[in-house]
Amino acid sequence: MIRLDNLTKVFDTPKGAVVAADHISMEVPRGEICVLLGPSGCGKTTTLKMINRIVRPTSGKVFINDEDTSGLNTQELRRNIGYVIQQIGLFPNMTIEENITAVPRLLGWDAKRYKERAREMMAMIAMEPDAFLKRYPSELSGGQQQRIGVARALAADPPVMLMDEPFGAIDPINRAVIQDEFLKMQQDLKKTIMFVSHDIDEAIKMGDRVAIFREGKLVQYSTPDDLLAAPKNAFVESFLGEDRALKRLNLVKVREVMSHEIGTVTPDDSLETALQRIDDYGYQNAIVMINDRQRPTGMITRAIARTTKGYCRDHFQGIPAAVHLDDDLRKVASLMFSNDMTWLPCVDDDERIMGQITQRAITHHLGSRHRVAEHSVADQNTGV
Amino acid sequence: MELIQYAFNNIELLGTRTLEHISLVSVAVGIATLTGVPIGIAITRNETVARTVLYIASIIITIPSIALFGIMIPILSTIGQGIGYVPAVIAVLLYSQLPIIRNTYTAINNVDPALREAARGIGMSANQRLRMVEIPLAVPVIMAGVRTAVVLNIGVMAIAAYIGAGGLGTFISRGISQSDPRQLIVGAVAVSLLAIIVDYSLLALQKRLTPKGLERAASSP
Repeated sequence: MIRLDNLTKVFDTPKGAVVAADHISMEVPRGEICVLLGPSGCGKTTTLKMINRIVRPTSGKVFINDEDTSGLNTQELRRNIGYVIQQIGLFPNMTIEENITAVPRLLGWDAKRYKERAREMMAMIAMEPDAFLKRYPSELSGGQQQRIGVARALAADPPVMLMDEPFGAIDPINRAVIQDEFLKMQQDLKKTIMFVSHDIDEAIKMGDRVAIFREGKLVQYSTPDDLLAAPKNAFVESFLGEDRALKRLNLVKVREVMSHEIGTVTPDDSLETALQRIDDYGYQNAIVMINDRQRPTGMITRAIARTTKGYCRDHFQGIPAAVHLDDDLRKVASLMFSNDMTWLPCVDDDERIMGQITQRAITHHLGSRHRVAEHSVADQNTGV
Repeated sequence: MELIQYAFNNIELLGTRTLEHISLVSVAVGIATLTGVPIGIAITRNETVARTVLYIASIIITIPSIALFGIMIPILSTIGQGIGYVPAVIAVLLYSQLPIIRNTYTAINNVDPALREAARGIGMSANQRLRMVEIPLAVPVIMAGVRTAVVLNIGVMAIAAYIGAGGLGTFISRGISQSDPRQLIVGAVAVSLLAIIVDYSLLALQKRLTPKGLERAASSP
C-alpha cells in the first residue's frame, strides 16, 4: 500500500516559487496499479519521484504499508522500491546479469543467491538466461532492454514499484506486447505500483485506478470505468477525449452486457418451427442453430424459413462470428461492424452457447452508466 | 649516415637517457593522475569551484617551462633541491593537472543523467555511484587526458636537462652548446619517437581499461 498525505513540492525558480505538487493525498491499495495521468508539467512525475526522494518533498508524508517513510534512510528506502524510468537507464558498463543483480548486490546478498535470482528474473520476463546474462545492454533491442529494466526493478522483490513512463520509448507494437506481459506478471506478483503516463489509453489498460493531475493538483482519482463514465469536470472530460465512451468498450466484458435469454433451433427442427421461434422471440433476421453439444453451428434466416420447406440442417448459413464471455466490447463492436451484424452469439470456454449480445444492449450499458453518473453528480451538487 | 653512426656508437648512453626520461615523466604524470583524478571528481559537485580550479590549471599550463624552472630555483633552494630531479618532476606534475582534471571533470559530468537517476533510484550512495557507474564510464576520457599529459610532458622534460634533470634533453642542450648537430638531432628525434611510441602504448592500455559494454557500443554505429 502507498499512501500520500498532503505531499507538496515547491520549486524555487528565478521567476518565483512554483508549486509542482499541491497537497496531494491519495492511497493505492496493496496489489493495485495506480496510473498518474495528465499533461506535461501537471505534477505527476514530481509526485512519483517524491515517493523515493529523487525529488525531496517540501512538506507532507509518504507511507508505505502504513510505515512513515520519513524515518527511513534514503538508500534503504530506495532499495525497497522498484524503480523503472523511461530512458531505461541500464548501466552500459555492466552485463545484463550485473544490471539485474544491482540491488541484491547492494543489499549484500551472497553470490550464489543473486546469480540464481538473475536466472529466475530472466525466466519471469521470458528471456533465455544463457543467451543474455553475459551480454551487455548495447547488444539488446529497446524492448529487450526495457524488459531487463523491469527485471532489475523487481530483482530484490520490493513490495512497491514506481514506473515513470516505462514503456514510452518503445515502438507501439512492442509496447502493447510488453504491457500485456507486464499485466500478466502483475497478476502473480501483486505489487503495489505507481505508474506515470501521459497516454490515456495506456492508463485505462494498465490502471486499476487512474489519478488525473492538473497544474500540481489531483483532480480526479477513480477506477478507469468511473473516470470515463463520470468525468468530474470539463478539464477531465476534454483530457479524456470526445471518444471516451468508446474507450470504455475496452473495459467492459461481454458477460456484463449479454442476455442469457436466447432462442435456438437444432438441426432436426423443421423450418416451420424455426419461423415460429423467430417470431416468438421477436428476432428480426435470424435464429441460431446449435448442435447436440450446445455449440452454435449456423443460423436460419427469416427469409429462408418463410419461403422454404424442410429441415434446418439442410438450409442453415454459417455464423460469421461468436464472442467469448471474457472478450471486451471493443472486439465485439469491431466484429459487429465488420460482419454487418446487430447481434452476436456468446460462448464459454467449451464454445457452448451462453447467450447473445446486441448493439442495443451495448449502447444501453454505456449510456445508462453515463446517466447514473450524471444523476449522482447532480445529487451531490444539490446536496451542497 | 653520420647520424646513425653517432647514435649507434652512443647506444648505451641513449638507452640510459631514454630510461631517465621515461622515469621522470612517469613518476610526475603518475603523481599527477593520483591528484588530478580526485580533484576532477571533487569539482563536479560545485560549478563555481570547478570553474576556478580549471582556470588556475589553464594559467599554469601557459607558463613557459623555462620560466617555471627559473621561478622554482630560489624556492626549492631553501630545501637544497633548486635544480635537478625535484623541480623537473614538479613542473611536469603542474603541467599535467589541466588535461587530467579537465578530462575527468568533463567525463564525470557527461555521464547520462538518466543513468545517474537510475543509480540513485535503485539506492546507490554517492560513492557507490562513482565506483560502480560513473568512474567506469569515465575511464576512456580520463585515460585520454593522461595520454595528452604524457605526450605534452615528454617535450617539457627535454628542457629540464637545462636544470640538470637528465633525460634525452641532455643530447639537445649539449648539441646546442657544443655546436654539434649530431647530438642535437639524435636527441630531438629520440624525444619525438618516444612520444609517439608512448602515445600508442597508452592508447592500447586505454582500450583495455574501457569497459566491454562501452567498447561494443562505440564500435557498432
